[in-house]
Amino acid sequence: MLSNDLIERIERTALKLRLDILEMVGVGKAGHLGGSSSCADIVAALYFYKMKIDPENPHYEDRDRFLLSKGHGALAQYAALVELGYIPRDEMKKVKTLDGILQGHPDMTKTPGIEANTGSLGQGLSIATGMALGLRLDGKDSRVYVIVGDGELSEGQIWEAAMCAGYYKLDNLVAIIDNNGLQATGPIKERFNIYPIAPKWESFGWHVREIDGHNIREIIETLDELDNVRGKPKVMIARTVKGKGFSFAENDPAFHNIALTEEQYIQAKRELESRMARWS
Amino acid sequence: MEMASLREAYGKALVELGAQNKNIVALDADLSKSTRTALFQEAYPERFFEISIAEQNMIGVAVGLALTGKIPFVNSFAVFATGRTYDQIRQSACIANINIKICGSSSGLSDFGDGATHQSLEDVALMRVLPNMTVLVPVDAVETKKMVEFAVRHNGPVYLRINRNDLPVYTDESTEFELGKLYQMRDGEDAVVFANGVMVSKAMEAAEILEKEGTGVRVVNVSTVKPLKKDEVLKYIKGVKGIVTAEEHSIIGGLGSAIVELLRDVDHPPVEFIGVKDRFGTSASNYEELLEYFGLTSKSITLTIKDLLDRC
Repeated sequence: MLSNDLIERIERTALKLRLDILEMVGVGKAGHLGGSSSCADIVAALYFYKMKIDPENPHYEDRDRFLLSKGHGALAQYAALVELGYIPRDEMKKVKTLDGILQGHPDMTKTPGIEANTGSLGQGLSIATGMALGLRLDGKDSRVYVIVGDGELSEGQIWEAAMCAGYYKLDNLVAIIDNNGLQATGPIKERFNIYPIAPKWESFGWHVREIDGHNIREIIETLDELDNVRGKPKVMIARTVKGKGFSFAENDPAFHNIALTEEQYIQAKRELESRMARWS
Repeated sequence: MEMASLREAYGKALVELGAQNKNIVALDADLSKSTRTALFQEAYPERFFEISIAEQNMIGVAVGLALTGKIPFVNSFAVFATGRTYDQIRQSACIANINIKICGSSSGLSDFGDGATHQSLEDVALMRVLPNMTVLVPVDAVETKKMVEFAVRHNGPVYLRINRNDLPVYTDESTEFELGKLYQMRDGEDAVVFANGVMVSKAMEAAEILEKEGTGVRVVNVSTVKPLKKDEVLKYIKGVKGIVTAEEHSIIGGLGSAIVELLRDVDHPPVEFIGVKDRFGTSASNYEELLEYFGLTSKSITLTIKDLLDRC
């Protein structure tokens, strides 16, 4: 049983990530608030609990790999990399500017801690599959974690990769589907309905777990449990809320990529800080 | 002339290099018998990955393998390896200068029977426009082998365009392949033909015909289409009265375009293109017949040179 202290520490970290996301979205400039905040708890659990990494040495050979196939959620990953010290904090102000190292979508050539260039949807799972194959070929026990959007499941390449990873029985690969139910223009159910998700992955040879993607205890217990599943790639279907933690943005597709007003910014900051204060 | 298979040379080179360099891996999309990566699969089954008929995923998997230190050779027919996968090559590989090698087999019209869907007349243009990409078109089996060696040494994405059929062997083992170097195959003072792939042999034939008529033709093998070096091109246009480019590719975006892009700001003799004129391929009963159908022959090179020189 994981201690309450640990769970609380990760919960606090996830809140910090949301505060950082808010700083990077800022006022009056567009930013992917919705999809960054829906995966923030998963990102926190991976970076601050699960993954074997060394912020001092981003290329440490035996590290676990993290890929954000839904690259538009980059602000969540940048927040984690800032909190861990991969990226100087003042870079947050320069996100998506010519002077900064934080691109609109993850770029390994510009940002320490980024493992691959992602953001053209549908491609990250293939890269993760190749990494898992390469690590296995080298006899390494490193794992590859990749967050895939649910809207992204409309991309055919995802299913090519799903078949491929299943065929190669890559048990060092964990895909996490950020199932917030919304794509850029509205509910997934009203577009190409990708539901039911679980049986599709099962039929391609994956071990499937469905969880609450905002319940830190459930996320990390499931991640630990998946370590013991052998002979199959694993997928965690995480039910999430787009815009989670930002009361005015939750479940509203309008906040996929939007500029906040000053009022919204202040309100969000107040809400997040008051939740943070409850712990101190 | 001695004829030899480029794809056989490619497959054997991969096996040979794979013995020395354990990081070399190969991926194929259900065409390994044709691309000849079956040889690599036989030799090193653990380093061969059958990706099935899913080329887009194949590029991504190759990128992932490269990011764990492997040197992946990705294989399919040229049209699928570059066309179906263009976005994956751009987004997953080229932006971050990932070390993958793309081998486009059965390129150009060399898969003569299979028709437009299987023939690639745009692949060089597609790959050439991508930053960080190196584009290589071997003239023969020997150069193919040298290019595989180069691709292993070179850090970054490489596109290697391989003909399906046996082609005359012009080069020998003694010279090393050097990226961006142009290779003069014969000299002449009246006109120069910049050619690559199968069209080098057509240009050589044309030069022989014209020599008998008293016209000197220089033939230059442009086996590196990108990066193409301006000083190299300028070196070979010195003194000539006409320039012809010859490629088994669309005249839009390929070798001809690359040469003219470099000449745009210098005085130069008139240029004509030999290539496929903005059309798709078609089925034919043999390779030579198809090349002739599209005017990719020594005769059309001869006529084009004569026409150019008449204008002077």
